[in-house]
Amino acid sequence: MNKLLTVSPSPHVKGDESIRKIMYGVVLAMLPAFAMSAMFFGWNSVKVTLIAVAASVFFEYVIQKYIMKVKPTVDDGSAIVTGILLAFNVPVGLPVWLIILGALVAIGVGKMSFGGLGQNPFNPALVGRVFLLISFPVQMTTWAPNKLAADGFSGATPLGLLKEGLKSGKTISEITSQLPSHFDLFWGNMSGSLGEISAVALLLGGLYMLWKKIITWHTPIAVLGTVFIFEGILWLANPERFMDPMFHLFTGGVMLGAIFMATDMVSSPMTHVGQLIFGIGIGIITVLIRNFGAYPEGISFAILIMNAFTPLINAYVKPARFGRIA
Amino acid sequence: MSITLIYTVVVLSTIGIVSAIILYYVSQKFKVHEDPRIDQIEEALPSANCGGCGYAGCRAFAEACVAENELSALFCPVGGNDCMSEIAGILGLEAVQKAPKVAVLRCNGTCEHRPKTNAFDGAKSCASASSLYSGETGCAFGCLGYGDCVDVCDFDALHMNTETGLPEVDDEKCVACGACVDACPKDLFELRKKMPKDRKIYVACRNEDKGAAAKKSCEVACIGCGKCVKECPFEAITMDNNLAFIDSDKCKLCRKCVAVCPTGAIIEENFPPRKIKTEEIAEPTSAGPDSTDKA
Amino acid sequence: MLKTFKMGGVHPAENKLSAGKAIEKLPLPKTVSIPVAQHIGAPATVVVKRGDEVKVGTVIAQSSGFVSTNIHSSVSGKVAKIDDVMDASGYKKKAVVISVEGDEWEQGIDTSDTLIKETHLDAKEINAKILAAGIVGLGGATFPTHVKLSPPPGMTAEVLLINGVECEPYLTSDHRLMLEKTAEIIVGTKLLMKSLGVNKAVIGIENNKPDAITRMKDFTANEPEITVQPLKVKYPQGGEKQLIKAVTGKEVPSGALPIAVGAVVNNVGTAFAVYEAVMKNKPLIERVVTVTGKSVKEPSNLMVRVGTPVTELVEAAGGMPEDTGKVISGGPMMGRALTTLEVPVTKGTSGILLIRNEESKRSEMEPCIRCGKCVNVCPMGLEPFLLMTMSEKKLWERSEDRHVMDCIECGSCSFTCPSNRPLLDYIRLGKGTVGKLIRARKSQN
Repeated sequence: MNKLLTVSPSPHVKGDESIRKIMYGVVLAMLPAFAMSAMFFGWNSVKVTLIAVAASVFFEYVIQKYIMKVKPTVDDGSAIVTGILLAFNVPVGLPVWLIILGALVAIGVGKMSFGGLGQNPFNPALVGRVFLLISFPVQMTTWAPNKLAADGFSGATPLGLLKEGLKSGKTISEITSQLPSHFDLFWGNMSGSLGEISAVALLLGGLYMLWKKIITWHTPIAVLGTVFIFEGILWLANPERFMDPMFHLFTGGVMLGAIFMATDMVSSPMTHVGQLIFGIGIGIITVLIRNFGAYPEGISFAILIMNAFTPLINAYVKPARFGRIA
Repeated sequence: MSITLIYTVVVLSTIGIVSAIILYYVSQKFKVHEDPRIDQIEEALPSANCGGCGYAGCRAFAEACVAENELSALFCPVGGNDCMSEIAGILGLEAVQKAPKVAVLRCNGTCEHRPKTNAFDGAKSCASASSLYSGETGCAFGCLGYGDCVDVCDFDALHMNTETGLPEVDDEKCVACGACVDACPKDLFELRKKMPKDRKIYVACRNEDKGAAAKKSCEVACIGCGKCVKECPFEAITMDNNLAFIDSDKCKLCRKCVAVCPTGAIIEENFPPRKIKTEEIAEPTSAGPDSTDKA
Repeated sequence: MLKTFKMGGVHPAENKLSAGKAIEKLPLPKTVSIPVAQHIGAPATVVVKRGDEVKVGTVIAQSSGFVSTNIHSSVSGKVAKIDDVMDASGYKKKAVVISVEGDEWEQGIDTSDTLIKETHLDAKEINAKILAAGIVGLGGATFPTHVKLSPPPGMTAEVLLINGVECEPYLTSDHRLMLEKTAEIIVGTKLLMKSLGVNKAVIGIENNKPDAITRMKDFTANEPEITVQPLKVKYPQGGEKQLIKAVTGKEVPSGALPIAVGAVVNNVGTAFAVYEAVMKNKPLIERVVTVTGKSVKEPSNLMVRVGTPVTELVEAAGGMPEDTGKVISGGPMMGRALTTLEVPVTKGTSGILLIRNEESKRSEMEPCIRCGKCVNVCPMGLEPFLLMTMSEKKLWERSEDRHVMDCIECGSCSFTCPSNRPLLDYIRLGKGTVGKLIRARKSQN
């Protein structure tokens, strides 16, 4: 044999996990929500999503090649995921230049400034979204009409209506008459950001990711469970001041946040117990902002705040060791 | 001038003055009395914080100088003799002059001289590979070529030559701090006495196998024949475990050993070409370690 | 209900290509090179010299300490030389090279196949015979068995576990041994029980060997003290700590030995070797080696004399396939890659695996995406991503604090990592360096 044998340390076989598989699995999981958004908003949602993806991929490529001077890794799919998630978090009528700006901030500041994939402490899509929300609040809260929603539901989102209604002194019963039914909320017949409105589509995506072992149940259940329980407590305490918990689960970005944003591997804790703590924290902050804060929706801020706690959670919540001497 | 403005200015100024007074007294009361010479010595040091002196950084070395008050065991390789003279001046002691040193790689097993017997595919780290097995070639003692030494050098004095597969020492930049000596798992680096014009003579081999086995793995291995030991007029060469070693303190750079070495394991660097009597043309020897000179 | 260990584990493809092939005796080679360091502990001291005539079973190197054992000649012939020979460790080690002449055995060794069940020897005598025969753990760790059977003062064994798990993919030598030498293994188990002074033994077998489970159950039907426990197929079920956890439910404390929870684990091959040593006076001079691989013409289980060059085994299995990229001694998860086929089979060689070119090279490393999969699969509850970073940054004290020494080097982390990070390489580096620091610290005190 003229050929040299290859020598390397064990193990000599490899499982079939890869970053590519994970990222493209997430993209597949987002397809139901994407399809629903196309149904509700028409071609605009496709346009917004494609622009966001293209901008994210472009910025990542340019920054990696010319500024960081490393080999571009856009084919691992992570920029595509960030792009789609950013698109899902904005209203479908957002001007193109704002989408591109959001992508620049999401990728450039949220991901690349920390060193690229695996180094960012915050969810990049959320960094982009919050930047847009705070800098351009009017455009970010101008909702396009949902084609399939019944008349009278175009305009403000259910959470927006709730906040405004409470501010102007209405009771819950008065506000509820203006809102879509629970079924409508679950299905998605309401206003909102591109990807957050259809709870059923998001749940389908979540189940797919659970099946493919891309995520585990801990973070989503912790977030949704905490929101449900605390909203439930508030509602039981004062049903005229607080909406019922099912309403809160199906409106706003809680579903999208719990299933796709909080489960971002890079910015969430590594251990299952850590993920539960993480999810509970997100849930509590969301409930606080929604019911007592100035903004109608709080999940984006909640996730970013808890992202900041992830290194602390990782440092203190260690996996149970085999044979630890008690 | 509204009354609010006056109040603001007065209150803030009062807070500022009171704080300043409190801070001054506290800083005086809790002041750490340090020998001022430590600061002076630290100024004189090159601030490389490389650890070559054996202490954790330049400040620790400065503290040790003042504490010991005696410089025979203390030397900063980066600052060198000039720096030590200055420190001696500050402390009012005798200056200790040490012979400057330079790092030398005692291996010439280039890709050409030392054929590969297998292909390594693990993490490119010398320490990791060395603990796994003896390397990609038949010589278990030679350079692995993954650059742990290059990574650890703080002074940009080591660079990997991708053609030969060996790291090369930049004589100008090397300060003989010893980091590469510690980093190499095969103990290939040695801090040898620095000679004028950066001239060096050394055995570029660490192979302790018997002659035939050593030569089979690498063309320029030391086979332990002992000719150099006999030839050296200054008794600078010793033989141990089939491997020759030239003591850089005793070596007078006469080059007699280089001439008799049958494999070319002994390297001479930065010498002018020899005057030769035969028709054979000698190669210039001012190049790096992978050239040999057989007159 | 199948038992298993709870923490971590992965499921590599089983590829038990040679499971149906009965054990064949490999013909004697022309020369054997028998290394003197085939076991954990001090290498044995050579007691023969060049030119000596030896028979099968002649002691050629003697145990040189408590944790050491004897080495016997596996062939009859003449000692050609005592030289440094490349072995599976990747370094040259001292070995006795013997040129083979005939097949003469030492007197007293019973080479017949008759099953001998009873012995009048007591525990001490059995242990002495195990030491004399040079028996070491044949699961691959090669720990001298007589030492394992001598618990330190203050610790008593309560149960003997026989490891018939063979969780590594491709390897089938234990499987075949359980099918073909069942009665002998049971006798060996009883001898081990007697030596240890326990009256309970459990034989753990992974559920992908139903025929072995059935057969072992049949043969132990009349042995109330020995039970057969089928186990869920999960790597690394065969690791002794994981086996103890699955069978007894107890966790061996960090830094302690299995005897601390009253358990002693021995491989089925070791049990068989103990039978041969005690009942047949036969020292450990041969073992079953699986030769396998996807491109190998005839994946086989061969009974091989210690010291046989691996080239002979590969020839017997149909020759080295053209597309071979890597040759592994052992299994694919924990085995060692060989630099050449010219290495001898030793007491610890459980298999020779030939891997195809396309599966030999690693993919390029990508950054850690903090997915946590390595943490989830680690059977010891460690954080491989963290231990790798600490080794890269040379933070040895912190690495020790994060329990790098608990790692059993099973490879589950590197196997799983989606970013192809060489986690185990760096963890091993950490273990080596921290081990040196610990020894230096101990010797200073």
